[in-house]
Amino acid sequence: MAQDGARLRRPRVRPATLALAGAAAVPLGFLAVFFAWPVAAIVGIGLRSTGRGPGVLDLLTSAETWSLVGFTLGQAAAATVLALLAGMPVAFLLARCAVPLRGLARVLVTMPFVLPTVVVGMAFRTLFVGSGDGSVLAIVLANGFFNVAVVARTVGGLWAHTDRRAEDAARALGASRWRAFTSVVLPSLAPAIASAAAVVFLFCATSFGVVLVLGAARYRTLETEIYLRTVQLLDLRGAAALSLVQLVAVVAALVLGARARRRHETALRLRRATETARRPRGGEWAVVAVAVCVIALLMVPIVGLVVRSLSTVDGWGLAGYRALLGSGQHDTLGGVSGVDAAVNSLRTAFDATLLAMALGVLASVVLSRLPRRNPRVAGAMDAALMLPLGVSAVTVGFGYLVTMDALPGDFRTSPLLVPFAQALVATPLVVRTVLPVLRAVDDRLRQAAATLGAGPLRVWREVDLPLVGRALLAAAGFAYVVALGEFGATSFLARPDAPTLPVAIARLISRPGELNNQMAYAACALLLVVTATVVLLVERARVAEVGEF
Amino acid sequence: MALQVDGVTVRYGDLTAVSGVDLSVADGEVLALLGPSGCGKSTLLRAVAGLERPTAGAVRWDGRDLADVPVHRREFGLVFQDGQLFPHRDVAGNVAFGLRMRGTAKGEQAARVAELLDLVGLGGYQRRRVTELSGGEQQRVALARALAPHPRLLLLDEPLSALDRALRDQLAVDLADLLRRTATTALLVTHDHDEAFTLADRVAVMSAGRLLQVGRPAEVWRRPASEEVARFLGCTSVVPGRVEDGVVSCALGGAPVDGDVPAGPVRVGLRATALRVAAEQEAGAITAEVVQRVHRREHARLLVRVPEVGTVEATAPVATAPEPGASVRLALDPDGLALLPV
Repeated sequence: MAQDGARLRRPRVRPATLALAGAAAVPLGFLAVFFAWPVAAIVGIGLRSTGRGPGVLDLLTSAETWSLVGFTLGQAAAATVLALLAGMPVAFLLARCAVPLRGLARVLVTMPFVLPTVVVGMAFRTLFVGSGDGSVLAIVLANGFFNVAVVARTVGGLWAHTDRRAEDAARALGASRWRAFTSVVLPSLAPAIASAAAVVFLFCATSFGVVLVLGAARYRTLETEIYLRTVQLLDLRGAAALSLVQLVAVVAALVLGARARRRHETALRLRRATETARRPRGGEWAVVAVAVCVIALLMVPIVGLVVRSLSTVDGWGLAGYRALLGSGQHDTLGGVSGVDAAVNSLRTAFDATLLAMALGVLASVVLSRLPRRNPRVAGAMDAALMLPLGVSAVTVGFGYLVTMDALPGDFRTSPLLVPFAQALVATPLVVRTVLPVLRAVDDRLRQAAATLGAGPLRVWREVDLPLVGRALLAAAGFAYVVALGEFGATSFLARPDAPTLPVAIARLISRPGELNNQMAYAACALLLVVTATVVLLVERARVAEVGEF
Repeated sequence: MALQVDGVTVRYGDLTAVSGVDLSVADGEVLALLGPSGCGKSTLLRAVAGLERPTAGAVRWDGRDLADVPVHRREFGLVFQDGQLFPHRDVAGNVAFGLRMRGTAKGEQAARVAELLDLVGLGGYQRRRVTELSGGEQQRVALARALAPHPRLLLLDEPLSALDRALRDQLAVDLADLLRRTATTALLVTHDHDEAFTLADRVAVMSAGRLLQVGRPAEVWRRPASEEVARFLGCTSVVPGRVEDGVVSCALGGAPVDGDVPAGPVRVGLRATALRVAAEQEAGAITAEVVQRVHRREHARLLVRVPEVGTVEATAPVATAPEPGASVRLALDPDGLALLPV
């Protein structure tokens, strides 16, 4: 044996590791500058400021704060339970039943989730016309409605990959169909259910547009209270303290979700994506019927919205749609027409999608390549990327206003600010859609390509890209509709002369005037059509339910 | 020496998967790394491929250290247990992959693909989808894909393990023939002795990350270097014995030994076929009691109790296999013996 064979090699940094670190630096850097910094700045300002009003500690110990926390978590929990109860039968329908029009059902279920929050709020307002001063029931229903898709798709995704034979074995051992479900199927779906519940809870706890529209002045959550204190009361200290409370809750939910998700992805790797759907039998038809009812109920607010957009004081009419050409009654939109806002929306969302795709795909590649031996680093990065979903968009928006002037070229007034904020929200979705597919690609396929002479970039182009191509399309579609519907941060950052459609809608309904209302509903219908179209296209591009949403 | 492995160690944290292995493969030689699952043989193969970084030691090709040569520049072909064909490409697209990476001209690619597919017995399969192929066909395509760009060394990671038995035996013979005809230098990892002995010019037996013995198949089979190797190669009992005048004798009788074995004490490894029912009047037979009888395809397998030795295995003709409890006379079969150093 040669002598040098025995000496220990000094661990060296491999070029591949460097490239990986470089690729990780881009999304993390973006996150640091356009998320962590603004949020930290706001929290810092809040904690340091010595204005009037109660101190931070007083605020954190006041009964009012805790009732606010209680209401926020309570309505989120209720909506989560609702979404789970409604989503499970739908998951069964999507994953297990070979029935006609299943594809259509999938599209219909997905629509609410990608609808702009303001539109969802508006849709439920049409159903609860009487309760002009806010309704808890409407808030819970709307948040639940919004998230049925998350449950149906996350749980359904795993369910479709679960081997039917375990169930058959239980039945052969004497378990009734229900018993087999509770003792075999439910435990195997638990990771997906837990993951979905965590995500839904997060969305509901930080839901802004829905609560703002439906809660009126009476019901407030942490999110709307932060908005209120920042914008109307100028109580930065209070807002910062509440942001901190929210941050803690969100991080806790993210940690739980990440833990469940890790088990979920492991489970997916173990099972083959076999065709497990079949015609329902016996009592299963009852479940299918429930699922169909849920889907029908999901359509009620949407149909109500469209109907409302078409009905005027004197019968059916297109007055609202015609009004989109103008800037509203009493020039509510300040010289900007509805069409301008729509075009602005489309353009902004396009920029945001490009950015979110670049960041999300880079992050997904890094997360999928991080050595499996280093799950902690991967887990931390994964959670960090999810963080923007859970932090008050209002905090982020306001944070931009106080920090971005430090960047060259006065970024505060840059038209890029809105797409940047929207990309922040859309990126986690891209990651959640692309990452599971990338992780499902057998690493040995890449190794086979490497031994055949393909360098790292070539391997990505020849193996990864073709296999995740359709997931990329789906991710881009989702990023687009999410950016299109983003309201919280956009409402803060959009310049008055360049509102997006959701911002315009919010402005229209906040001012009196029948025509304004008409116009708002028409704008909602317009958003609905664009969203539905994109969802349909995404569905066609979808890869075998591997993504999580 | 084409491939040289010098003191290679691979560690994952506290776990040492490969521990100071020295090995060499000559030009045109096929070397089999044989060992139970988890013994580190696949890790060693991956270290040679460049997919795993050795913690210590070096992998050399023609004397040059490959530490700084990444996987895709090593020009080593690799065949996985389960093919790992590219699902989004057809058969031709898979086989031509390595040629494309090397920038081979289009026409040349097609010719080489056709040549390789003929070689593995899949002529005309170019446009077939790989997902429609049977396991055996997929493995043949994987082999054609690895061989197409003329790799300097072919690495085979349990290439036949995922196939069913009949197909495995057939493909092993085909593969052996193909490797000889193309004069391919190959390193094969397997846990199956038949596969190793069919394919390899030399066999290296590995256990717990260490190399136990390297030699020609017949040599490793008949003269295991240690009891561990003997047991892995099918010896169920080891008894003391002695060689004298070309005959080995032990408590179970005597048998001629092939080759040049110096006289003196040895240990005798007994495989399942070491003892057979003796012919009438056969000299040197011993008497034993049958404990259990199992019928196999070609013969009956007996478990017998031999006084002062214990329970050992023996074979009997199916038609005349004795009942459990019966007394039986047994003689040693030289083909079922292995000689170990003391």
